[in-house]
Order: sequence, then C-alpha cells, then structure tokens
Amino acid sequence: MSANLLSIRNVGKHFGGLHVLHDVSFEVPAGCIYGLIGPNGAGKTTVFNLVTGLLAPSSGSIDFRGESLLGLAPHRITQRGVARTFQNIRIFKEMDLLENVMVGRHEHLKYGGAGLFFNTRAYRAAERRARERALELLTWVGLAHKADMLADNLSYGDQRKLEFARALATEPKLLLLDEPVAGMNPAEKTVLMEEIRNIRERGYGVFMIEHDMRFVMGVCDRIAVLNFGRIIAEGTPDEVRNNPEVIEAYLGKEDAA
Amino acid sequence: MMDWLPGNFSDFWSTYSTLVFSVGVHALLALSIWLTLSCGLLSLANAAFMGIGAYVSALLTLHLEWSFGTVLLAGGIAPAVVALIIGAPVLRLSGVYLAMATLAFGEVVRITVLNLEITGGPEGLNGIPLATEGWHIALLLALTVYGLARLRRSKVGRAFEAIKEDEVAARLMGVDVDRYKLLAFVLGGFIAGIAGALNAHFTFFISPREYGFENAVDILTMAVLGGTSGLVGPMLGASILTLLPELLRSLHDFRSLVNGAILVLVVLFLPKGIWEPRRIRNWLNRNKGKPA
Repeated sequence: MSANLLSIRNVGKHFGGLHVLHDVSFEVPAGCIYGLIGPNGAGKTTVFNLVTGLLAPSSGSIDFRGESLLGLAPHRITQRGVARTFQNIRIFKEMDLLENVMVGRHEHLKYGGAGLFFNTRAYRAAERRARERALELLTWVGLAHKADMLADNLSYGDQRKLEFARALATEPKLLLLDEPVAGMNPAEKTVLMEEIRNIRERGYGVFMIEHDMRFVMGVCDRIAVLNFGRIIAEGTPDEVRNNPEVIEAYLGKEDAA
Repeated sequence: MMDWLPGNFSDFWSTYSTLVFSVGVHALLALSIWLTLSCGLLSLANAAFMGIGAYVSALLTLHLEWSFGTVLLAGGIAPAVVALIIGAPVLRLSGVYLAMATLAFGEVVRITVLNLEITGGPEGLNGIPLATEGWHIALLLALTVYGLARLRRSKVGRAFEAIKEDEVAARLMGVDVDRYKLLAFVLGGFIAGIAGALNAHFTFFISPREYGFENAVDILTMAVLGGTSGLVGPMLGASILTLLPELLRSLHDFRSLVNGAILVLVVLFLPKGIWEPRRIRNWLNRNKGKPA
C-alpha cells in the first residue's frame, strides 16, 4: 500500500459549460493534516463532493489507500473509511445527540432482522456497544451532558462539534472537514486545533477546507492552494505563505510602477 | 362463544363486531403508511397493496381452498413482491412526484382488477367465507406494533429518521439510503396486504371500488390526523376516522359536514397530529409549573 491516503490525479469537473476544476492533482499522505485553501468560489467544496462520491469527476482519478473511489456510491465510500462534515452544518435536528452519533455507527452494527425482532443477546450487546462508543465520542467533544437533548437546540459551535463526533463515529481513516472553525470563538478554535492534532495522533488523516489563515497555518502539515479551479501552489505552510502566486491570489497584484 | 358475557355485550358485539374489526384493519393500514412516512416518503400505494392482498387471498380461498393462515401470508407476500418490483424505479422520485407515481400505480391496479375475468370485474368477488375472527386481527395488530416498535429503536429506525431529515447526510454516514427506502416500501406493502386479506374474510364481498383513490387518501389521513411521530398516532387516527361517522349517525344529513369540519380543525390547530408525545409532555410540564 502506498503511503498516500488519498491521491487526486488530473481531476477536472465541469457543469455543462462551467468549468469548476481543471487538472487538479495532489496527494494527502497518511498521518498528516492537510489543508485546502483558496478564495471563495475556487472549487474547494467541489473537491470534497468528488471525494465523497456526491459528484462524479468529468476526468481524472481519485484513489483512496491505493483503490479507486470512482463509481462508488457515497455510503460505500464512507464504509471504505472517508467521513466528512459540512460547511452548512447538516445534523439531524429532530433526533437527540446520542442518536445523531449512533447513526454514524450504522455500518458497524452487524445484526440482522431476526436479532432485531427477537431482541437477542447479540443484538442488545451490539446496540449497547454502539451507545457506549457514541457516548465516548460525545464526551470527547464535550457534549456528553447534553446527550439526550434535541440537536436542534444546540448552539452553532456545539452543532459543529456534534457533526465532528458523528463523522468520527463511522471510524474513518480520513476525515474531511469543511470549514471546521467557521463561527467559533478564539478559545473554541484553540480547543479544536488540539482535537484535530489528537485525531492525527490516533492515526487518522485529516483533510480540511478552511478560510481562517491563522488556523490553517497553525495546524496543517501541508497545504494546497486552489484558485479558479487550478492548484496554484502546494507545500508546507511556509512554502505556501511565501509563494508569489498565492500572495497575488489573495492580495492582488502589485502595480509595477 | 360469547355465552359467558353479559347479554347486553352479546347484543353489542353482534351489532358492532364489523365496526370493531374495521378499526383493527384500518389501524394496520395506517401503520403500513406510517412506515414510508417515517423515512420521508409520501407513498399513496397502500390502498392498492391492500387490494392486491384482498384479491389474492380471496381467490386462493375460493378456488384453491388454502388454509386461512397460508392465505393471510400469501395476501401479505403478493403486494410485497409487487412493491419490490416497482420500488426500484418509483422510489427514485421524491415528494409530490412520488405521490403521483404511486397514485397512478393504484389506478393501474384498480383498472386491472376491474377488467379481469378471474376477479369478477366490476361486480367483485362474492361469497368469501367468513374466516376472520377478532383474535386474528388483535394478534396481527399486536405483532405489527411490536415489530415496528423494535424496528424504531434499532439502527433501521435511526436510518429511516436520518433519511427523513437529511438524505445526503444519511448517505455520508454510511446508510444505504435506496435500500432502506425500498425496505420501508416493501414492509408497508406487506402489512397493507395482510390488512386487505383480513378485511376480505369478514366482509363477505370485495370490489375494485374499495381500493381506489379515496381509500388511498383515507389511509394517509388516518396516519396524519393521528400523528406520525410515533406508533400510537396512526392507530388513534384510524380509530377516530372509523368511529366518528358512526358516532355522528344521529346528525343524519349533517354527518359528513361535521366529520369534515372536525378534520379541518385538527389539521389547522394540531399540524403534527393529535398524538404528539413532545407537545403533550410540554403541556403537562407547563401545568405542573403553575402554582396551585
């Protein structure tokens, strides 16, 4: 198996005549926090939608742990070990927090219809384990005391944390985070930075889209910069920070007077 | 059989047993549509599934003289198989488009039954033996409620709920959305079919007009009126809609007017149905909080 968790090669995507991504290639190594940045409308969320199977690329290939993800349904990709959170939070609002996270355990509950109907010992044990694991994850994001609250009643920051716990419940090998610190205060950002590092220590790969430069530069090992659907720079935070093309994309061109 | 009961109960039973049976059958139907509603599908095929169950079971009884138990089972399996076949294409639709497609399917079933020789055409089937007894309905209703209650609390129930709330998020949690939608649709067809088979064996007579558009809407109304957030709601709605016309009998010509007015009022003031645990709990808590 290659050391790269995720390989995106020559990926293009167009919606009719609108070209969103051109020839995008980069590799997310295992045990790494990888950032994807770029101005609004650069195509970052489209990259996530391609990786998770919500969209199919027009060209190119996407490999996860050496196997192609092309043509797989989104739930199959999740089962292979890719989980994500959303830019516009998508929790299950009418369910309580524990149930939300337990939905993430779905694929790990192996009982069949008979076990369910007859309430067998194996069924009860599986449900109990799922419940314990869900509670453990809620504790980890600091929401265990609200486990039986409706998700709809959570604050914005707490909803992000819940989504985080729910994504981790699928036991991913790669976690995609779409703007994880949007709407968080500086204290919460610091906590989240620690948590994301923790995730890496636990052996997960993390791949995030983020606008908060200080956060991205602080937490990521490598960064790719997307502008108008093209990768214009890739490397360590320092390399990216000093790349003239990146500075131009973000700050505009200096007039040659 | 009812000898040991007081005489007035025997009188009551001989007059109203059909009505009580109907409450049970309608409760099964309301639960069958609750299944699809619980994963966010507005399917109106349940009257047709009921019809398929009724005709298949009645024909098996009349022509092949199968035992009542196997006839009931066949009455459930036949519409479930049909649901499995039409489910794959139809469940790609959502919202009102699914409602329209399933209504169209219902019409296809009704018109087919109307024109076939074996189903007796517009005259329907006559002289179906009276095999259904009270305990049959009670037992099957209890089994259904138990099964659905277990389903709700398992990963299947959580998957249904997740699909209803956010299909994309459910997919990305590893839920095979298409498979679970099909499961709800097929199980709903099975329960509706059994209800149809039970019904056919106590009404003596069935005809295509009992399984048309109005019946499809009636079944939906029962579930929505009672409330779809739990299993009690659909059964309550079925009981009310079955008993109300009888209770209002003294109003003669105004009966359907008052019946309709009650429905409109419930929908206006209780949009989530009569039985909504969360609202009832909040209401109780509010009263508890008041000083005596």
